[in-house]
Amino acid sequence: MKTYTNPIYSCAAPTEPSGTPHHWPVVVAGAGPVGLCAAIDLAQRGIDVMVLDEDNTVSVGSRAICWAKRTLEILDRLGCGDRIVGKGVEWNVGRVFFRDEQVYQFNLQPEAGHRRPAFINLQQYWVEQFLVERCSGLPQAELRWQNKVVGVTPHADRVAIRVAAPKGEYTVYADWLIVADGARSPVRGMLGLESEGQAFRDRFLIADVLMHSDFPSERWFWFDPPFHRHQSALLHRQADNVWRVDFQLGPDADPDEEKKPEKIMPRLRAMLGDKAEFEIEWASVYTFQCRRMRSFRHGRALFVGDAAHLVSPFGARGANSGIQDVDNLIWKLELVMAGQAPQSLLDSYDTERTFAADENIRHSTRSTNFITPKSEASRAFRDAALLLAKHHAFARRLVNSGRLSLPTNFDASPLTTVDPDGESFAGAVTLGGPAVDAPVEGSRGAWLLSYLEGGFTLLMFDASAPADAIEALADDVNSCNVVQVGGKPVAGASRIDDRERLLAARYDGKPGSCYLFRPDQHLCARWRSFELPSVRAAIARATGQAYIETRVAA
Amino acid sequence: MTAHALPGTLLSLLNTQPNIPAPDDFYQELVDMHRDLSEQQSALVNAKLILLLANHVGDLAVLREAMRAARQDIAPEAQAVEHTSRTRVTSSGDDLS
Repeated sequence: MKTYTNPIYSCAAPTEPSGTPHHWPVVVAGAGPVGLCAAIDLAQRGIDVMVLDEDNTVSVGSRAICWAKRTLEILDRLGCGDRIVGKGVEWNVGRVFFRDEQVYQFNLQPEAGHRRPAFINLQQYWVEQFLVERCSGLPQAELRWQNKVVGVTPHADRVAIRVAAPKGEYTVYADWLIVADGARSPVRGMLGLESEGQAFRDRFLIADVLMHSDFPSERWFWFDPPFHRHQSALLHRQADNVWRVDFQLGPDADPDEEKKPEKIMPRLRAMLGDKAEFEIEWASVYTFQCRRMRSFRHGRALFVGDAAHLVSPFGARGANSGIQDVDNLIWKLELVMAGQAPQSLLDSYDTERTFAADENIRHSTRSTNFITPKSEASRAFRDAALLLAKHHAFARRLVNSGRLSLPTNFDASPLTTVDPDGESFAGAVTLGGPAVDAPVEGSRGAWLLSYLEGGFTLLMFDASAPADAIEALADDVNSCNVVQVGGKPVAGASRIDDRERLLAARYDGKPGSCYLFRPDQHLCARWRSFELPSVRAAIARATGQAYIETRVAA
Repeated sequence: MTAHALPGTLLSLLNTQPNIPAPDDFYQELVDMHRDLSEQQSALVNAKLILLLANHVGDLAVLREAMRAARQDIAPEAQAVEHTSRTRVTSSGDDLS
């Protein structure tokens, strides 16, 4: 590759290669984007974590390229957002072509007042490299390259992990094992577990092309284009003038033949035109599967990312949902490890993220069925929707070239407190969904999300609470920060200014309204007025505990 | 939405009582629409018509009833093509079907 040289990471010598196995609070199997995010999140919370990876470098080839807004917000929390966004290519516009003409275009972010765009494109190796660098700067995290997990023995109180390193094998114990070792997940196999679902027969050619071109930073998707009849194609810009090209090849294509440059070049030439100057950086032929494990928690082994669930690439729901797994898991693990929540809180990771996986698999399967119709009737409806989309708005919503990754709402989660009877809330934020960003002014910067980091946060509009109630929330085992938007200042609460009035609009923040966010910034309860017992009950629910109201005798 | 009683069903949202004022005219125009079209083009035009009408109806409950009514008396024939294009798999790549 011309634009990227894979770094070679040296293999850290195990601190205790023999003798008594070393004990780690958390071991992460796999240093892909998801495993690295897990390690960073843990280390930021002051938890010692060791990451094991059999390789000694980042991803070879670009693989995942689209990083969604919610993922970027999580990466902000993990201290990597600026580097990744700075290197990436921002895009909001997508165009859909059918045969030789454009049928419509869409803009994913028509609204201003968000820190992060709908998507950026960046090759997976860059993201992994930035995550490795972030991880290496955290004293609680230790990365061990060329250390391969070769055996896992679960016990009631710990997991024994057998590791093969260049200088020999050794065993470590971990209180918790996070399994992030990818689609084939050797650890999943060692534990005798399976991931089940569907395999699709259509083959796709994926190629990264280095090209200096005037094509805009947009997502272009073709159905049945003149340069690649009866199949689909995709063109998408990445960093460093690298372009992602995807060609549907059909089920009968020969993968070894299709991988050859002399086979790829004419396809690219037909797509990019006679004048384009380009060269191939990397290419691969793949098929895909949509499947998941029945449960993502098996005792002290917690499965995240592709090891837990697999989707087709349409919609960028693989790496994005994996990082969202981590966002959901790590705060729960921290509370359980600190004895501030029962172990059963980790079952809510399974409940919430298997629900999210099903949603992602459903979207990605539907996209796949639209892109690769399997019957004459299915193709007729697909072509009908595309033809109608050129003239009629309704049909544009039926066209499915990938429903791009959006975060999952946990409104039905056992951790979420249902809205009080008779209350209704408008605005962009939804119960169970992640916080919606807005520009604000205050001591922690210009965006709302920076004020919702750490533990639980109560956002309070044009209201104040008794100082002793705010103190009580701060002193609780699972403490809660209070952030006031307007209202009479109270000791112990921080304040932000909603100068552009977008925050109140996005949250339907009528005076008195209170919004409770979990540590992963998902909204888990809301009220039209502040009452201490209600907030405490909601926090108890969100941490997997029954709330018992205690009254102090006067 | 007016509910319509259908013979053999409890209550129906889909109006299956005569509702087109000049049925013969409509039927003729429907058939004429396909004049000069290949079978494949006709299938495409029909699909467009279904999507246009479905959007006009807009009510998923009504559309589901219409789809059920359309499938009535049509038994599945042979193995659907779809079944050969996807297979059930486990993580080891084993075929479950």
